[in-house]
Formats: sequence, structure tokens, C-alpha cells
Amino acid sequence: MAKEKKGVRLEHISKIYQDPKTKKEFYAVHDTTLEIEPGTFVTLLGPSGCGKTTTLRMIAGFESPDEGEIYLGEEPINELTPNKRDTAMVFQSYALLPHYNIFDNVAYGLKLRKMDKATIQEKVTNILKLVGLEGMESRMTNQLSGGQQQRVALARALVIEPGVLLFDEPLSNLDAKLRVTMRTEIRRIQQEAGITAIYVTHDQSEAMAISDKIIIMNKGVVAQMGTPQEIYYHPNSEFVADFIGEANFLKGTITAVDGTNGTADVYGNAVELHDIAGRNTGDECTLVLRPEAAVVADEGQLPCEVVLSTFMGSYQNYHVMVGDTLVKITDFNPKNKKIYEVGDKAFVKFETDSLHVI
Amino acid sequence: MAKNQSRELDRKKFFADPIMVTTIVVLIVFLTLFILYPLAILLVDSVLTGNGVSLEVFQRVLGMPSFRKAITNTLKVGFLVGILSALIGLLFAYVEEYVQLKTKVLEGLFRVISLLPVVSPPFVLSLSMIMLFGKAGIITRYLLHIYENNVYGFWGIAIVQTLTFFPVCYMMMKGLLKNIDPSLEEAARDMGASRLKVFNTVTLPLILPGLGNAFLVTFIESIADFANPMIIGGSYDTLATSIYLQITGAYDKQGASAMAVVLLMITLMMFIVQKYWLEAKSTATLTGKASRQRMLITDKSVTRPLTAFCLIVASFVVMMYICVPLGALFRTWGYDFHLTFKWFQLVFTRYKGFKAFRDSFLLSLISSPITALLSMIISYLVVKRSFRSKGFIEAVSMLAMAVPGTVLGVGYIRGFSAGVFRTGFLKSLYGTGALLVIVFIVRSLPTGTRSGISALRQIDKSIEESAYDMGADSFKVFMTVTLPLIKDSFLSGLVTAFVRSITAISAIILLVTPKFLLITVQINEFAEKGAYGIACAFATILIIITYGSVTLMNLFIKHFGTSRDIKEA
Repeated sequence: MAKEKKGVRLEHISKIYQDPKTKKEFYAVHDTTLEIEPGTFVTLLGPSGCGKTTTLRMIAGFESPDEGEIYLGEEPINELTPNKRDTAMVFQSYALLPHYNIFDNVAYGLKLRKMDKATIQEKVTNILKLVGLEGMESRMTNQLSGGQQQRVALARALVIEPGVLLFDEPLSNLDAKLRVTMRTEIRRIQQEAGITAIYVTHDQSEAMAISDKIIIMNKGVVAQMGTPQEIYYHPNSEFVADFIGEANFLKGTITAVDGTNGTADVYGNAVELHDIAGRNTGDECTLVLRPEAAVVADEGQLPCEVVLSTFMGSYQNYHVMVGDTLVKITDFNPKNKKIYEVGDKAFVKFETDSLHVI
Repeated sequence: MAKNQSRELDRKKFFADPIMVTTIVVLIVFLTLFILYPLAILLVDSVLTGNGVSLEVFQRVLGMPSFRKAITNTLKVGFLVGILSALIGLLFAYVEEYVQLKTKVLEGLFRVISLLPVVSPPFVLSLSMIMLFGKAGIITRYLLHIYENNVYGFWGIAIVQTLTFFPVCYMMMKGLLKNIDPSLEEAARDMGASRLKVFNTVTLPLILPGLGNAFLVTFIESIADFANPMIIGGSYDTLATSIYLQITGAYDKQGASAMAVVLLMITLMMFIVQKYWLEAKSTATLTGKASRQRMLITDKSVTRPLTAFCLIVASFVVMMYICVPLGALFRTWGYDFHLTFKWFQLVFTRYKGFKAFRDSFLLSLISSPITALLSMIISYLVVKRSFRSKGFIEAVSMLAMAVPGTVLGVGYIRGFSAGVFRTGFLKSLYGTGALLVIVFIVRSLPTGTRSGISALRQIDKSIEESAYDMGADSFKVFMTVTLPLIKDSFLSGLVTAFVRSITAISAIILLVTPKFLLITVQINEFAEKGAYGIACAFATILIIITYGSVTLMNLFIKHFGTSRDIKEA
């Protein structure tokens, strides 16, 4: 239904803010270059203050970049005001117009585009059907639940058929269950509409569930961009590995390299490695091991001592010491497995492919 | 690090919005021409003499013993009135917020008191003070048989001003006390403090900056007040009346300019202290809302003296207001208490009452929608937009609050009687109704802007952003989103502007020409002549008009206001 899917390109974008207390200037976003493909769903993910919302607001036009140029499709849009940009935003607080009913809220953008009444009627009816609010045209916004208000906000943004749809933490005001339902809805509607979407959130599971691509931001710069799988299995830094999911970090030294494979020394134990092209013998490295990718066993790669063992129902939760590093292990379906108790000596066991070297 | 690209881009985006740019330019011209320029010309006038720049005029004016006396008089009255009003206001607020009020009568009285500053014409209390305690005063002459009581002078002004201004303090203190979390006081009680100790160690320190704020606001009001000292001051001149007499009596416009500068400097200093120091402090000490209802004091040894005091003060004020219509109905106040309509008849026959009401009514009716709209536009720009001249617009429209009417009046005389900068430009404006309308607007703008700003601060910024994002330009956003959302504030701004205009006197009395008859000017004239029957008849009708419009507004807001539904959301 969108007239034309548009990509978004940021070229060396920086935004400088002034700390209101210390009067010191700092980069909220620093030299960020991004390419967002038409029709994809991209999430900006990061801790608060990482610059994700600032980036989104620069794309919408509420903030102006201090360096660089933003392109919508092939058009540079730095000088355009928000009302002239082919973007539509879904706000964290929904920002529905409280003095209008649902129909008028959704029709607001269409009326501004001077469409005739019949077209507006048709478009609004269609879009309300898409978001599952048909028949509620004449309700006032304060008669709606949070989820329904969110749907109105989404309908209002979709109906003007923008080149890009922007989401600013749209689900953070909803309760946990509704959040899960709504994110599936948003994803379905985005795919049906075939529209480019940029989505800001600090919730990693939301980002994983909804996105074609995730952009992880930290302190104003892009830390990593990739599909959810790439980010999860191949984080390029400890920050990314730690931010997405849980991760154990083991320090080691490369002792042998053979093509893309090799061996590392971890607390005096030899550990086999894959995918280490470009590294040399003697290099320091960090091994990332996800808690669900390892088990505690009688034999394995790394000897350890159990310091915590808790039954959690679907898994046994272990904390074990490998050397002086604490390693968390979640051992799923523990019913018929041997359970290790605190003080037991054992081994951490994992597939070589489960180790990621950074 | 400072890269200027964002500033450059913001500037380009700003100029892409011609309606907003035009509005801002018009606003800046208006504020400069009708607020800054008249004040600037006063300063220029008082230092620019035939032989260059000198402080000659100031020396001459400050050399007059009468003027030096007026300065000390004004400060003395202002100080006393400020303290008394703040204390009585605090007491009223405390009784309302902390004490169990048993009687409906008292609750009703409190409501009337809170409404008075909105509807009351400025000199009503002076009138009734004279009628109650003057030479022919009912209380002094007939109850106490004192025949030569002199109400005129220091105490007359002080009492009347205190009774006029304390309701404002009461409303301010009420707002502060309401926001104190009761659990703070309960915690202190729980640890063993007596009620008095709690008040002294918890409540009072919390509201102290607010109390200082109330004191200064009243102080400014008092020294800027023209009407009361005019009627009840007698030979006790204050700055405002001295300036008026310097122009109308001594025809010394240059001297009056210098005097006006002195008065302006005093109020401006007070205003800056109040605005930038105390106001910030008084809100900073109170964070958050009361978590729940306060347990009201029922202890009779506390409630009885407090309620008795409030009851006496409140009934006294109400009695003074009742005096005015009575004064218009008695044949001769103080001598002949037969009821008569002759004063009302005289008002409408001999004293051109219809014309006075038409002129006052029309001019106020024209000025109030303009004021309301302007103040909403200014609040919108100040709260929701950022642009470079924003600070200027905000500062100047707030500055108008610190300018006494008399000062503005002299400024307009000096600034426009011979055209802008004596060039003849806009000279034709002088003496017209248009200039009076402009004075009304300037006098009411700060109150409207202040209420607009606080209304807009409560609206989530993203609501307007979303409309902007949907494709609306600034004008559309203002008309379709901002204005409907602050409809109540706009309406009350409309009525407040109307009431303020129709009861205004200080600036207008210097500028009005025989072409226009204004009610307030008439009241002042007849009260000065001692024709209290006529003055009271005029004042009664004025009170009816103002009270009527406020009631009408409240009804209207109750039935058609949208903001209530929105707040519930």
C-alpha cells in the first residue's frame, strides 16, 4: 500500500549537546554512518543515553545534525522541517490529540493533505481494520486502553503512507504481556504494508523479535549492525555480547594457529578455536560463551568448581569458577541429568562452534 | 567542538515557516513599541535636557521635599502592607488547608474572598472605608460617636491595601500548603513534636521562600497602586499619586518622567528579586504532590481562635463590599438613610452613565480577545518553540508586570503625544480609543501570558510534535492542537483581561481624553469630590458587570470546557 518504499542513509552524522549543569559540550551522536534498506525493519538498540532517540529525532526533523547529511531515498533532507518530511512517527506517549475522536485523529494527516471526504473515509476505515479497531471511530482517546491508543497512533502514522515509519519506544508504557502481543502486531502490519521502519528500543528481546536488522549503539556511536543472529552469535565487542543476552567472558592467549582454526590457553588448559582468521600466536583474546551453550559435566574443556546450584524448573542454574572467572551456566531440562552441588569439582563442556572469539 | 551546522539548519527550518516568522516579527514590534519604547523614552527624557545629557532633572526632583517624602511614604506603606497581607494570607490558607471548618458560612466566605481580587474594582474598599470610618462614617459617627475621625493617610491606605491584596497572598499560600506532603508533618508529630513545633520546624521552613514571594508581590502591588492612595491618601502622597499630580497639577512632564523612572527602578528591582530568586526557591523546596489527604486539625483550642480571626476579617471585607451598593441606595450617606434610586437615576441622566458604560464596555470588549490571543501565542512560543528572540519576548512580556500603570501612562504621554521620538510618526494614535485599547492590552498581557504558560507546560510536548510530524505547519498546529487544548485558559484569560480592563485606572486616567468617558475615571472623580452616592452607584454597576462576566465564564467552562475530559485521560 505504501506508494514507494524509501531507504534512509545517514552520512557522518554528529549531534552535539550541552550538559545543562556543567555547560560542557558532548557528542550525543558521533560520526554515525548508516544505510537502511527500503522495506526493512531496523531497530536502534542501546542503553539509555546512547543516542538512539536523538538519531531517530534527527531523521524525523525535530533535531538538526551538527555534522553530516541525512538522505531519505536519494533526497537530502537536512533542511526540511518535520512537516515537510516523508516520515511518520509513533511516539512513546502515543501523543494522540485528546480533543479529537479516533476517526479525526487518524484523519488528521489526510485532512492536512487536502484529500476529499470520500477518500479520507475510505482510507481511515481500511487502516482501522488493519490495526483491528474497526467500529471504534467515534470513541474519544481517553476511552481507550493503552494498547488501543497505541494502535490508533500506529494507524495515524500508517495512513499517510510515509516513506519511512519511525517508532520511539512505542511499547514502553504497556504491561509485559501486551508488549509481546503488540510487537508481533507491529511486525505483521509493517510487513503487510511493506513499509520501511526504524524502531528505537532499549529492550533487547523486543529488538530480537521484531527486526530484520539491529543497530546497537553505545555512547553515541554504532557498536554493531547486523541481523539478530549475527549480533547474538558473532558480537564484535564485549559490550555487544553483554548487552544482547547473557555472556561469559574468558581471557586467553592464542597458542597455535592453523588456517582459520587454532588453540588458546585458558588458565593452563588448551581450548580449541574456530574462525580465528587474522590472529597470531601469542595474541590475547576474549572467548564469549553463552550460558545455554555449555553444560557442567564430569569431563570437558575447562576444569571448574561449582559455587552455586539452583533448580529453576526448566533449567538448573550453575555458577562455577574457572580459575578466578565466574562462569554462569544454564543447563536445560535437568530432570534426568546428574545435578552437581556446591563444592563439587567438575568440567565446563561446550561445542567448539559455540565459542566466539573477540 | 561547537559545530554550527545545527544552528544553521534550525535557522533555515525556522524561516521556512513564514506565518510564524511574521507573527514573531509583529510581536517583537508590538512589545518594543508599546512596552520598551515608552519606558526608554522616560529614561531619555529625564536625562536629556536643553544642554545635553545631565542628571539635572533627577537632582531637581529629588531635591523636592514633597517627593522625598513620597518615596519614604510609599516604601513604608508597601512594607507594612506586604507583611500584613502575607501573614493574613498565610493564616487564611492555613485555616483552609489544615483546620476542620465546620460551618458552611465560613466555607462560603472563603470562596468569596478568593474571588474578590478577580472581580473587585481597585478603589471600592477605599470608598467604603471612608463611608464606614470617615467623618460621616456609620461606625465612627453613629456607633462610636467619634465625629472627627481621620481615615485619610498612612493607616487608611495601609488597611485598605492590606484588605485588597491579602486574598492574592491567600491564594498563593494555599497553592504551596496544598503541595506539602502531609507525611512530612506526620513524621515530625510521630517523633514527638507538638503542633506548634511542627509548624515552626517543618511547615514554616518549607513555605518561607513562598511567604517571601507573597510579601514581595504585594509590596510591588502596593507601591504601584494608584487608586487607593488617590482616594484615601488625603495629603499623604505616594509615588504614584505624586507623579499623577506632577502632570495634571504642576504640568511638569519632565519632572514626572524622572519620578516615574524612580518608581520604575524600585518596582523593577523588587520584581527581579521576586522573579529570579524567590520564585525559583519557593517551588524548589516543594517537590511532588501530596501523597494523600491531610488529617485536619479538630483540636478546639487551635480551631476556635483561628476560625474566629478569619471570620472577623472575612466578614469585615464582605461588609465593606456591601457598603457600596448601600451607599448608592441611601439618600445621603451618614445623614439620611431613606432608600432611593436617585443616585442611579442621576448616573444615567445628568452624568452620562450610558456613555460611560458603553465606552468602558466597548474598549474592554475590543481589547480582551486581542489580549487573550496574544498571551496564548506568546505562551506557545515561549513554551513550545525555540528561536533566538524567544528570550526577548518572554522577558519583555514579563517585564510589563513590574511596570506600574502610572509609569506606563507617563511613558505613553511622553512617547506618543508628539509621535514616536517626537517625529510625528504615529502621532495620530495619541488620544484615540486605539491607544486606550493598547494600554488595556499591555496592562493585562502579563497575567494572561503567565496563566497560558502554566497551562501549556502541562501538555506533553509530543502531542504538538505529532501534529507537526503529520504535516501541519506551526499555524495549523497552534490552531488545531494548542488552542483547543488550552481552551479553558484562553477563556479565563479573556474574562480576566476584560475585568482588568474595565476596572483599570492608573495608566488610563493619564491618557483618557474628553472623547471617552470611563467608569473608573468617573468613580475616581466623584469620590474625590465627595459625591459618594454617585461614586457608589457607578461602582455598584461596575461590580455587577465584573461579577456577571466571571460567573458567565465559570458556567461556560463548566459546560463547554474540554480540558476537564482531557485531564482525566
